[in-house]
Amino acid sequence: MTPDFLQTLWYVLIVVLWVGYFILEGFDFGVGALLRVIGRNEAEKRALIHTIGPIWDGNEVWVITAGGATFAAFPGWYASLFSGFYLALLLILLCLIARGVSFEFWGKSDDPRWRSGWEWATTIGSGGAALLWGVGWADIVHGVPMNASHDVTAKLWDLLHPYALLGGLVTLSLFLVHGANFLALRTTGDLTERSRTLARRLSPLATILLIGFLVWTAFDQPHGPVKISAQVPAALAALSAIYATLASARREDVKAFAAGAVAIAMLFVSLAFELFPYALPSTTSHAFSLTLVGAASHSYTLTVMSIVAVVMVPIVLAYTAWTYWVFRARLGATDFAGEATPLAGLQRKLGGDPSGDDQAPTPAS
Amino acid sequence: MNALDFARLQFGITTIFHFLFVPMTIGLTSWVALCETRWYRTRDEVYLRMTRYWGRFMLISVAIGVVTGLVQEFQFGMNWSVYSRYVGDIFGSPLAMEGLIAFFLESTFIGVWIFGWGRISPKLHLLAAWLTAIGTVLSAFFILVANSWMQHPVGYKIDPKTHHAYLTDIFAVLFNPTAWLAFPHVIFGAFATAGLLVLAISAWQLFRKRHTDLFARSARLALPLALVAVILTGIFGDGQGRLLESEQPMKMAAAEALYNTTNGACLSLFATASFTRHPKRLTSDLCIPNLESLIATLNPNGTLKGINQVNAAEQKKYGPGDYVPIVGVTYWTFRLMIGAGVLMFLLTLVGVLRMRKPGWLENIPRWFYVASLVGAFLPIIANWTGWIFTEMGRQPWVVYGLLKTSQASSTDVSLASIVISIAAYVLLYGFLIVVGARLFIREIKHGPGDSGGPGEPQTGADELLLAY
Repeated sequence: MTPDFLQTLWYVLIVVLWVGYFILEGFDFGVGALLRVIGRNEAEKRALIHTIGPIWDGNEVWVITAGGATFAAFPGWYASLFSGFYLALLLILLCLIARGVSFEFWGKSDDPRWRSGWEWATTIGSGGAALLWGVGWADIVHGVPMNASHDVTAKLWDLLHPYALLGGLVTLSLFLVHGANFLALRTTGDLTERSRTLARRLSPLATILLIGFLVWTAFDQPHGPVKISAQVPAALAALSAIYATLASARREDVKAFAAGAVAIAMLFVSLAFELFPYALPSTTSHAFSLTLVGAASHSYTLTVMSIVAVVMVPIVLAYTAWTYWVFRARLGATDFAGEATPLAGLQRKLGGDPSGDDQAPTPAS
Repeated sequence: MNALDFARLQFGITTIFHFLFVPMTIGLTSWVALCETRWYRTRDEVYLRMTRYWGRFMLISVAIGVVTGLVQEFQFGMNWSVYSRYVGDIFGSPLAMEGLIAFFLESTFIGVWIFGWGRISPKLHLLAAWLTAIGTVLSAFFILVANSWMQHPVGYKIDPKTHHAYLTDIFAVLFNPTAWLAFPHVIFGAFATAGLLVLAISAWQLFRKRHTDLFARSARLALPLALVAVILTGIFGDGQGRLLESEQPMKMAAAEALYNTTNGACLSLFATASFTRHPKRLTSDLCIPNLESLIATLNPNGTLKGINQVNAAEQKKYGPGDYVPIVGVTYWTFRLMIGAGVLMFLLTLVGVLRMRKPGWLENIPRWFYVASLVGAFLPIIANWTGWIFTEMGRQPWVVYGLLKTSQASSTDVSLASIVISIAAYVLLYGFLIVVGARLFIREIKHGPGDSGGPGEPQTGADELLLAY
């Protein structure tokens, strides 16, 4: 019943992958959803897309790896979850596909209809996925109708109860704020001001929704009393969100962004504590609940995968951090206003300093 | 059709679509990295323009390949939950490794490559190109390890309590001989795919006398590489065929539509029969005497096992049932794959021999131009039919000898859900293929831009390089 060391380790690793995913893709969901709100002309929108352009694809790998890790470490969880949440997952996939190609295709034509079509794909895909991930995770923690052979018997609308919908609004609002805070850090001029204003206005709403959801979660446990272990990260999530709201009001972008990231992380850590040691509770009968132990792979597989993770995770984190460092320059509409191109930057580079530490945004000319 | 048939149909449609872009991506990332290496070494501006121009096709291909790959990763759990529970202990590991080792690498460094021009040193930029290419190749390795385990399960035991397979030896799985033949076969096939795509686009431009310097050089570089890739694809494919004789004799017998064990079997070139599992007789058969035995056993009178005999042996081993795949599918996909390969070989061989004459590529003859355009579609046919053959030829098994496809699909997913998702994928993928094809054609027509090198003033259109 109680997971052993390796099973617990892999549960922690999968939670870490999801937390990483929501912190990183969280802001690029936010940027995507706010593309048409903050960006008012071609140059501004281009600047906004460029802030996440080099990194969104890498961010998305976190969830792909979380999926693969779940398959390898807890095949029973992967099987019940993915087949049980079939249509919900289909919707998420459609959102992710739409936004994924939209970044790539948006700049391929100057036709205003083409541009606005792909902008909507970015907005709806990003916002939709941000909402649906929250709905899905709230459903997992709350439990779903499931039979003795761990087949989920819920229909799509069974997953859309008020608690789950609140979970969706929480992730959507948190990611919107996170995206706005990110843009306040990564842009210049009007874009920064607009992002800041938006973050300041949305932040209180996100905080209230988050606290409401955390309180509901604490008392939503069908299988026992309030879990103290989950309340510590929940309290930290609420405090971070309040701090982020205050920091936004004081125009302290870095603190607001960092506190927002902590709030997102602590929200999911608290949900992970609520869920443990279950993988997917059944609301049909407590006896039908899927436990981590019941869903787990054998210890040999977990050992092999642990070695791979111990070697690879630091390497991945190192080059991901390096990428964020390389692309740390702020971008603004003026960088994309002219007909300047990356080639201009390249030419400058070749003609001048080859050391590669020029921090001007590429096309500034 | 029931839910199982639709689940299979969905896997087929989404995988075929995904695998249109996968070989293109694997081949083009290496090709772009090669062009950039040449530029880095020589500082010849033509190579830089090549890097940028071919990079555009790479990025379109990557974009669609990445997003359709998401569906692949989730589909096992969505439609094949029984399969996932049964094999997850083993099959999940290479998938997780693919994420940790390959996907992070390729998606991080493709971002660096796209946006790094002028921001990082040319050396680092070149490194980003190669790390992306290596990422795509590693990803192919891990997914082929996973697939090879379905073809030829190794390094596992069956749990007596759950009756699920579990991993006992990761090295047996990673060094599965099936994987080590499939991997180079697929990789060189991908290189051939990119090589012939580059050749076709170059021929189109050369025939119109556009940017002759850039495209003659592209074709001159791509042709011998494609020739070597095609030859190596064939050599490893031949090895796979030999291995199948012992690992999956049914698949090879079905590839040849050889119903009864034969000494000195002839190589069938063309045969028709009613399209069922057990057609009564071949209605026509064009056959070269003894050649099949010679190819398969290196002996013109060698013995080849027939479908009926293998079926009887499998019934004895696995219990009553029908272990014969749809022979019409295996026979014809096998022939289309090899036929396309032979044509690719001839096309690239002729090209390599002729291009030695100075000015031949620059004044490309019409017949070679037309042949090159057709040539771009040959690898696609070979890639598709190859996978259809290898997957349909394994039926009725999903994991050979262990789990039947009919017992592997999700038990909790309704027919309606699967039909809705197929409709959604078909619509979305159909839309993507139209957009992708139009973008390809646009890039071909637009060409590398008249304002070529870094020394010349740029026009707005050249921003396409950035892709965003």
